[in-house]
Amino acid sequence: MVKEHDNLDSHGEQTLSLRLRVWRQSRGTTGHFEDHALAAVPTSASFLEMMDMLNEQLIKEGKDTFAFDHDCREGICGMCSMTINGMPHGPLPGVTTCQLHMRNFRDGEMITVEPWRAKAFPVIKDLAVNRSAFDKVIQAGGFITVRTGSATEANNTLIPKPVADEAMDAAECIGCGACVASCKNGSAMLFVGAKINHLNILPQGQPERERRTLAMVKTMDDAGFGNCTNYGECQAHCPKSITLDVIAKLNRDYLRARVKEFFSSTGKPRKGGD
Amino acid sequence: MKLDSKIPAGPVADKWSNHKAKMRLVNPANRRKYHVIVVGSGLAGSAAAASFAEMGYEVSCFCYQDSPRRAHSIAAQGGINAAKNYQNDGDSVRRLFLDTIKGGDYRAREANVYRLAQVSTSIIDQCVAQGVPFAREYGGLLANRSFGGAQVSRTFYARGQTGQQLLLGAYSALSRQIGAGTVKMYTRHEMLDLVLVGGQAKGIVTRDLVTGEIKAWASDVVVLCTGGYGNVFYLSTNAQGCNVTATYRAHRRGAGFANPCYTQIHPTCIPVHGEDQSKLTLMSESLRNDGRVWVPKDKADCTKPASEIPEERRDYFLERKYPSYGNLAPRDIASRAAKEVCDEGRGVGQMVDGKRLGVYLDFSAAIKRLGEPAIRERYGNLFDMYENITGENAYRQPMRIFPAVHYTMGGLWVDYNLQSNIPGLFVGGEANFSDHGANRLGASALMQGLADGYFVLPYTVTDYLAGVGLTGRPSVDAPEFKAVVKEVQDRTQWFLNNKGNRSARSYHKALGKIVWEKCGMARDKAGLEGAIRDLQALRADFWKNILVVGSGDQLAPELERAGRVADFLDFGIMMCLDALHRDESCGGHFRTEYQDAGEAQRNDDKYAHVAVWAWQGDGQLPVRHTEPLVYEDVQFTTRSYK
Amino acid sequence: MSACSCCRPASIGKKIVMALSGLVLAGFVLGHMSGNLLMFKGADAINAYAAWLHAHPGMLWGARVVLILSTVAHIWTGVLLTLENRAARAGGPAVEATRRATLSSRTMPYSGVVILTFLVFHLLHYTFRTVALGGQEFGDKVYEMVVAGFSQPAVAVFYIISMILLCLHLSHGISSVFQTLGLRNERWRGRLDAVATAYGWLIALGFISIPLAVLLGCIK
Repeated sequence: MVKEHDNLDSHGEQTLSLRLRVWRQSRGTTGHFEDHALAAVPTSASFLEMMDMLNEQLIKEGKDTFAFDHDCREGICGMCSMTINGMPHGPLPGVTTCQLHMRNFRDGEMITVEPWRAKAFPVIKDLAVNRSAFDKVIQAGGFITVRTGSATEANNTLIPKPVADEAMDAAECIGCGACVASCKNGSAMLFVGAKINHLNILPQGQPERERRTLAMVKTMDDAGFGNCTNYGECQAHCPKSITLDVIAKLNRDYLRARVKEFFSSTGKPRKGGD
Repeated sequence: MKLDSKIPAGPVADKWSNHKAKMRLVNPANRRKYHVIVVGSGLAGSAAAASFAEMGYEVSCFCYQDSPRRAHSIAAQGGINAAKNYQNDGDSVRRLFLDTIKGGDYRAREANVYRLAQVSTSIIDQCVAQGVPFAREYGGLLANRSFGGAQVSRTFYARGQTGQQLLLGAYSALSRQIGAGTVKMYTRHEMLDLVLVGGQAKGIVTRDLVTGEIKAWASDVVVLCTGGYGNVFYLSTNAQGCNVTATYRAHRRGAGFANPCYTQIHPTCIPVHGEDQSKLTLMSESLRNDGRVWVPKDKADCTKPASEIPEERRDYFLERKYPSYGNLAPRDIASRAAKEVCDEGRGVGQMVDGKRLGVYLDFSAAIKRLGEPAIRERYGNLFDMYENITGENAYRQPMRIFPAVHYTMGGLWVDYNLQSNIPGLFVGGEANFSDHGANRLGASALMQGLADGYFVLPYTVTDYLAGVGLTGRPSVDAPEFKAVVKEVQDRTQWFLNNKGNRSARSYHKALGKIVWEKCGMARDKAGLEGAIRDLQALRADFWKNILVVGSGDQLAPELERAGRVADFLDFGIMMCLDALHRDESCGGHFRTEYQDAGEAQRNDDKYAHVAVWAWQGDGQLPVRHTEPLVYEDVQFTTRSYK
Repeated sequence: MSACSCCRPASIGKKIVMALSGLVLAGFVLGHMSGNLLMFKGADAINAYAAWLHAHPGMLWGARVVLILSTVAHIWTGVLLTLENRAARAGGPAVEATRRATLSSRTMPYSGVVILTFLVFHLLHYTFRTVALGGQEFGDKVYEMVVAGFSQPAVAVFYIISMILLCLHLSHGISSVFQTLGLRNERWRGRLDAVATAYGWLIALGFISIPLAVLLGCIK
């Protein structure tokens, strides 16, 4: 996308001059955009490396840097989180912000960088948000109860390859929150669906299947996430390309769990009844 | 420094079971009265914290990331070894033990390695029960592959994301305990110091990265699972936040640091592309199965496109030097060979810092032989990743690769119980030194982290707690805690107040350049001595001119970075010192003076020991102690891959 | 079920209510549209159909109760979902970008409100007869009433616009029913979406054909 005879840096590499509108917000304030110009950005740099350059420029000017979350920078930890020109993780589908490279932008382009926007993800500072709501959902039921040391021999549980593969498809979720940020309802159904599917389709996950589904959905609702209305934006922005199938299956499992709960027998007469 | 390895007596195969039978226990009703602090939430930390809580202890777990699930264990691609012998190909606990000892170039502790091989099988059982979706055969049984040059197929894997799936398993176990209220999880908390009371580890001091609050936490025992120090090189495959601060701060409080010069360089990473690069990305080693490594024979060809260099002007240097192993030579050997040709000026790719640091990994022969679809089937995701990062299509032109720092075998010194020389301070996972010797084999890091967390620490920490009894925990108002909190506050405030002019990142880059050049793939005496002088000068400059922007009462990435770089600078000096004083080549430590036509030359008479460094004070050089490595079971042999 | 989760039903619970009530209403419009097409058979056919309906008050009122309940449930969950979703979005990003969400999915609340407005008007006109178009009492003469109504271009245009919005509403709604009930996957997604869109157009074109026919003079 870079023009033919662009600026070249000392290594003969093409570089870009950019105009950046970046969100600035301190704890306890409402926040605003700040405009900055950044020159000589190599097209081979990743988006986060471009942000590093901007921060180094700010340090030279004695100004505070922009805080943003990032860690592994290889697309697996799920920590990086920026909405770039309205798109969580930027314009390239199927990658995280750390794997987005500047060759995907044009010289002179204006880039707007914002944090994830959702009620359940309050801003901590600038571009960093609090995603602990995701952890709470997992704590409610995103596990299989097995104490250390109490597991049986691994090959005693046979799992057909297609089932293991399907579980793995869901388990690839990196928990970045782009699904919530891209959803026009701020819904976390893709994340919760992926987590529930991973465990609910495996034989090991069956004993807690209903309990898990009901508990995780309840925690999700309590955290202030919105409701899924089947826009499909989450799938389109998911860096791991997790599909809406996990939501369809979550819906089915939820319905199943509710029906089972409704018709379950407690084994005892009703208290206070006749 | 007293270094008692506490290896139990008896044959190596019985040591662990005998030891377990003798260890003291804590009454279930009393367990909740003990407070265990676990720092770090990777494989070792999450597994340990979850296991302690399941046993009934009160646990607090700390991590600097926003969620325990982000720890860098998540990035491991290849797999996890276990001596299950599901493939009926002659694997056994003993063979895994021998492979690991040999892979570590006879610089690991025999008894620890045997225990690791023993518990490896339970790890797989545990992970499968947690719902880790390992690869399966059509019959529903677990699949295996051979990895890292092993002659048996003992590696379990989940696509290319084994580390992620294992960490999510441990994280789910940890989350269950957090939900049950038995683990208090403190995310975005960085441990900045260790607190000793009466010579025993009794707590830590942390900074809440969101509010800036500096706080002391008292406990009966402290368990560090804070990972390795690969980021001392600035560019590595580690995550940005990985740091040495927790272990180095413990070192400053008296914990010995063992073998800091043992670092592992991985041969197949995407080369450095420019000055502003922050991270090196690993590409699976499996690429070397079908790719041929070469550089031009003539420097003048280095700027030409690969397609214009005819076959006779190419140097397939691995095939030339190691005819029997060829492109599959072990990690350290392949890495050094690539560095050599680049140092000769025959590297390819972008000029960075006056050098072209890259060699070709060429698939054209394999594509011709097997067809593009077959290659796409095998490596499609890697080729896509390569194209995303470099913008080049590796089906049309050769990939460029270069070695990068990947793992660190050194760490805090621990005895057989994984306890450091400070009573009450336990160390697990990559943060300790004990199991990999001078070089780690592929698919062994995940195994060690989980072995420590699930199956070793729960026993040994219990034994320690039974020994100290219930009267041991001090209050955070004790003068020892107040003094350390004050020190941490002063240091933080100093950073914020210093009117410098240079960013922490620029110091980190300068540090990385020095250690990569002089203490990287190949080291020599003069270079290391020069590096120590350069690092001391850089350190002095740092404490004068560091500039930290931001404020102390909220998220302040520059403050975090400055503290970590300060510790890396001190650590870098110690690492070079260790490399300088180990007058031999072994595993990842290659001294150019000690080689036999490119092969590492060990000196078992003089250096079959662990080098353990003791801190001597700010700006002082640490002092070297040793723990002899006694091999009761195996014999020394020389590695050869010719 | 705790008191708290009673007053604030689970997200997926609301979605299931939305889907099932929507399914009833979607079925109803098909029946209604088929009945309306009797207009093309002539005045006697449709007037007889209306008379037949009124002669079976049990069936008529049974259907009406189900429809009223479905409509109330549909509107209630729709309002709840919309309000909760707005709040959960916290204003959204300053730059909005859409990669995949269809026009119909993004306009559900709006198309819903227009359809509701139309419904109110429609009931006032035909059921309660408080809006008298054509200036006279028609009694049971539905045919004449329709022709008189649609002879006014403003009414016909409002009707046509409402039916196009109904088409949009149905094309997202029907495809969502499959998703919400967990009866959809990547393999079937495209085909089910096509079925939903086709259903939407079938209903809309069926309804629209009548005012068009009146305006063009085919039905007098």
